[in-house]
Amino acid sequence: MRRISLIVVAAGAAVALAGCSKESPDIKIGHAAPLTGGIAHLGKDNENGARLAIEQANEAKLKIGGKEVKFTLLAEDDQADPKVGTTVAQKMVDAKVAGVVGHLNSGVTIPASALYKDAGIPMITGSATNPKLTEQGFKGIFRVVARDDQQGPSVANYLASQNKPKLVAVIDDATAYGEGLANEVEKTLKAAGVDVLPREKGTDKTTDWKAVLTKLKGRTPDAIFYGGMDATGGPLIKQARELDVKAVFAFGDGACTDKMSELAGAAAEGLLCSQAGIPPQAATKAFLEAYKKRFNADPILYAPFTYDAANLIIEAMKQADSTEPAKYLPVLEKRVHNGASGRIEFDAKGDRKDAEITIFTMKGGKVEPLAVVKGGTTQSFADFMKAAGG
Amino acid sequence: MDIFLQQVVNGLTLGSVYAIVALGYTMVYGIIQLINFAHGEVVMIGAMVAFSVITVLAGTAMPPLLVVLTGVACAVPVCMLVGYGMERLAYRPLRRAPRLAPLITAIGVSIILQHLALLVWSRNVMAFPQIIRAETYTVGGAAITNVQVAIVLLCVAIMGGLAFLVYRTRLGTAMRATAQNPQVAGLMGVDVNRVIAATFVIGAGLAAVAGVMVGTYYGIAQYTMGSILGLKAFAAAVLGGIGNIPGAMLGGVLLGVVEALGAGYIGDVTDMCRYSWLAGLVEERCRADGHFILFGSNYQDVFAFVVLILVLVLRPSGLLGERVGDRA
Amino acid sequence: MHPLFDTKNSPRLVWAGVAVVALTLLVLPFALAQIGTTWVRITNYAILYVLLALGLNIVVGFAGLLDLGYIAFYAVGAYTYALLASPHFGLHLPFWAILPIGALVAAFFGVLLGAPTLKLRGDYLAIVTLGFGEIVRIFLNNLSRPVNLTNGPQGVTGIDPFSLGDFSFARSETFLGLTFSGPIKYYYLLLAVMVGILALNVRLQDSRIGRAWEAVREDETAARAMGINTTHMKLLAFAMGATFGGVAGGMFSAIQGFISPESFILVESILVVSMVVLGGMGNIWGVVLGAVLLSFVPEILRWTVEPMQRALFGHMLVEPEVIRMLIFGFALVLIMLYRPAGLLPSAVRKRELARDDDAA
Repeated sequence: MRRISLIVVAAGAAVALAGCSKESPDIKIGHAAPLTGGIAHLGKDNENGARLAIEQANEAKLKIGGKEVKFTLLAEDDQADPKVGTTVAQKMVDAKVAGVVGHLNSGVTIPASALYKDAGIPMITGSATNPKLTEQGFKGIFRVVARDDQQGPSVANYLASQNKPKLVAVIDDATAYGEGLANEVEKTLKAAGVDVLPREKGTDKTTDWKAVLTKLKGRTPDAIFYGGMDATGGPLIKQARELDVKAVFAFGDGACTDKMSELAGAAAEGLLCSQAGIPPQAATKAFLEAYKKRFNADPILYAPFTYDAANLIIEAMKQADSTEPAKYLPVLEKRVHNGASGRIEFDAKGDRKDAEITIFTMKGGKVEPLAVVKGGTTQSFADFMKAAGG
Repeated sequence: MDIFLQQVVNGLTLGSVYAIVALGYTMVYGIIQLINFAHGEVVMIGAMVAFSVITVLAGTAMPPLLVVLTGVACAVPVCMLVGYGMERLAYRPLRRAPRLAPLITAIGVSIILQHLALLVWSRNVMAFPQIIRAETYTVGGAAITNVQVAIVLLCVAIMGGLAFLVYRTRLGTAMRATAQNPQVAGLMGVDVNRVIAATFVIGAGLAAVAGVMVGTYYGIAQYTMGSILGLKAFAAAVLGGIGNIPGAMLGGVLLGVVEALGAGYIGDVTDMCRYSWLAGLVEERCRADGHFILFGSNYQDVFAFVVLILVLVLRPSGLLGERVGDRA
Repeated sequence: MHPLFDTKNSPRLVWAGVAVVALTLLVLPFALAQIGTTWVRITNYAILYVLLALGLNIVVGFAGLLDLGYIAFYAVGAYTYALLASPHFGLHLPFWAILPIGALVAAFFGVLLGAPTLKLRGDYLAIVTLGFGEIVRIFLNNLSRPVNLTNGPQGVTGIDPFSLGDFSFARSETFLGLTFSGPIKYYYLLLAVMVGILALNVRLQDSRIGRAWEAVREDETAARAMGINTTHMKLLAFAMGATFGGVAGGMFSAIQGFISPESFILVESILVVSMVVLGGMGNIWGVVLGAVLLSFVPEILRWTVEPMQRALFGHMLVEPEVIRMLIFGFALVLIMLYRPAGLLPSAVRKRELARDDDAA
């Protein structure tokens, strides 16, 4: 056992050292997201956003502390797994990154954030929406996207005000994301005076929803909200229509994709759903063009937000005239930034003030933006684009 | 009442799917007392192959039914090959090894098949092309689709065919002889290896049919779909009496109905506010929410495991099975 | 017994060997920290798996009961610690008080699982334990309502790190010019626990109980005829295995600071089974080897396969995670086919398997 474990360690050491020797004394900015696994494409999209910001900063030949600086992106794969996430975070701390953009999933970001806080490294996530992240009270942990307890209420309020249901059923997939979002929706609906049926649950692998749907059919709700992903949401809405359930369906951002119509066919038409932040097509033109030019593709989901996150770190360093986390962090906390996703300013917890949420509907097999909710007011998407353009 | 009837219909459809998968477990177990843990993955491979074929053909002018049948026709031989390969490479060399050895191999095979499928078809959820229009009929207040009717009928037909095969053909006689005593069967001129291989191949063919059924019914396929389905079908086989063909059928249908009725009614049954003698304990919550439900539909997946454990502990031979000796 | 630990024939060599191993293990975290604290963390997780594999080995290797739901005991231990030392219930008991509680609770669950299933044959038992593991996970995931016991899928956050008075295992400290970071302190703690459990295992194996387990594994009827209370012995194996799982779970909770039911899925159970089978069921050192090998595999792949593929193809063709799972799958199959007793076979197992072949 001894010999083999030594060989293992030695091999690891050799590889690790080989990895170190390549690194130049540049300013390192970390980015972590799943680059393998089921949502690898979203992880890559996030990484591209951060990469674009850094490449642009290098082209601009920034001077910080009297010296021209070069930024490098240390992109890591956290596999959307909390355990791997903390290992990756430790790796970032070891590599002495000046700031971190990421992670993608809330479940990974929360345990990883403790390591960044301990090391005093600022972290900005562009996609982790679980409120708990910033409720931990950690210094230097920020997010530039709306929280679940902003997204949930937005879609619930939209549903309550537009469709005026009397009785709503809430289902979730018993995951941290699905249950968290469903709880927020239920709270908001109850506050708006809508009756809510006892919670029904499936799992993130459920394919047969008929038993649950049949039970709900007996209670005749006017609307059904589902907190979960498209893989389970598609069969849910399809089987509901087969059972002749007439309720309006509403979903969160996990099931706010074109895949819903692939999975459910015509049954998906007319569903309502929400996404944290603005849709990528509503990001600034300069960003969209630069992204397309660099990666020969359109941003998928959160790229504008990771782009802004990376830029925020760089701008704060510039203003503080230092790449030392301790020096630029106070600047970052107070900085107002006009980014690709609009105006960003942090509140005391590190959340974005007045973060936007977009409401979509399924039309002709594609999700299309209907309205944008910001600071409690709802604006139709056309008006929002007009205001942004003007 | 129509809600109850609807739940029974839901359960019957789900149960028919379990039953066909359970047949594969029960046949193999009946002959060589092996829990073929990888059987669920064969179902998954069947669904995936059918998905690829149907996706390619969906764009053509072929009639939808023919497209699905072509999917089945392609999935069955692929799965049979997988079944044969599995038996030949992973189980046959271990036929005389201690009982746990082939079970561990089976777990390994299951992991391998899953991840090979991941490499071929990716990790994403595959959406089956929606080519068969779901027609809904209403019978006694319950909605039934044409696909559901087809699944139940197919399931009955398959069971009939299998019973015929086992009890009326030479191969079937050889199978039963091998199950009774492989050594003696061998002495009587039965090619035991061939019979066992045939059992695996037939089981895999059924798995392919089940895979296509599940895929077209729910409209999705994913590389992980086999494991939970396999476990539940195994529970169904044990419930009916493992090694017993009508038992697998009965067990599957029963489990399906138990799951549907369970998910439909457990919430109401365990709502403490409905019982005046219990409601006092949680009075405040009852007044605030109107309910205090101990177990909701979230425990749906527990039923299969509870049934499995209860049957194994209380009546290991299942509902229809004969008492098997404890050959540890 | 392994020749390396053959104390009778060459005592001096043995002690020299032990000294070298001990010294290596003591210096290891500082050597690793030179490369990066990441590696200390990875090693800590590896030791946790060693603890788990040792626990499972009692059930599978010693007593011959295949348990496919072993991770449930790890979960029970982890949740016991988390609920008694986190803001969730506002309880902050010290770790030396909770670890025994966690171990006891896990042992209770071990008996709970063992008692009704004792009569089952080997393969049925395997499936029932698998079901049990899933049931425990589903309950943990759903006991957030009607009364919030486990916080459901959200998991428990802010779990207290281990601390003794003012001495916290999470803080970094400098002592005699050496920096003891959080992970390094945990390393020593884990190492101490591992050595303790290893010693216990070695003693157990050669004790009356160990031999009774062996007898039960080889032939239960004969064992009963010899006057061994097989029921007690099997229950004891379940309880002991579960206890070790529970202790490991509690430590996982404290090190990670956050747990959710996602960490206790079926794949984890199968992973631990793979470690035991690969190393050699029933051989303590084999099991340790299996656990160390399989827990470093993903990291090694991460450092080799990923850059290699990116260099060769420009992007990733086969993800390291998939390769890792394929390695597990093939390891299980190939080991069973060609080396059923594992990499380091236990003497008894070797005899047993040889005899089986002769009988055939």
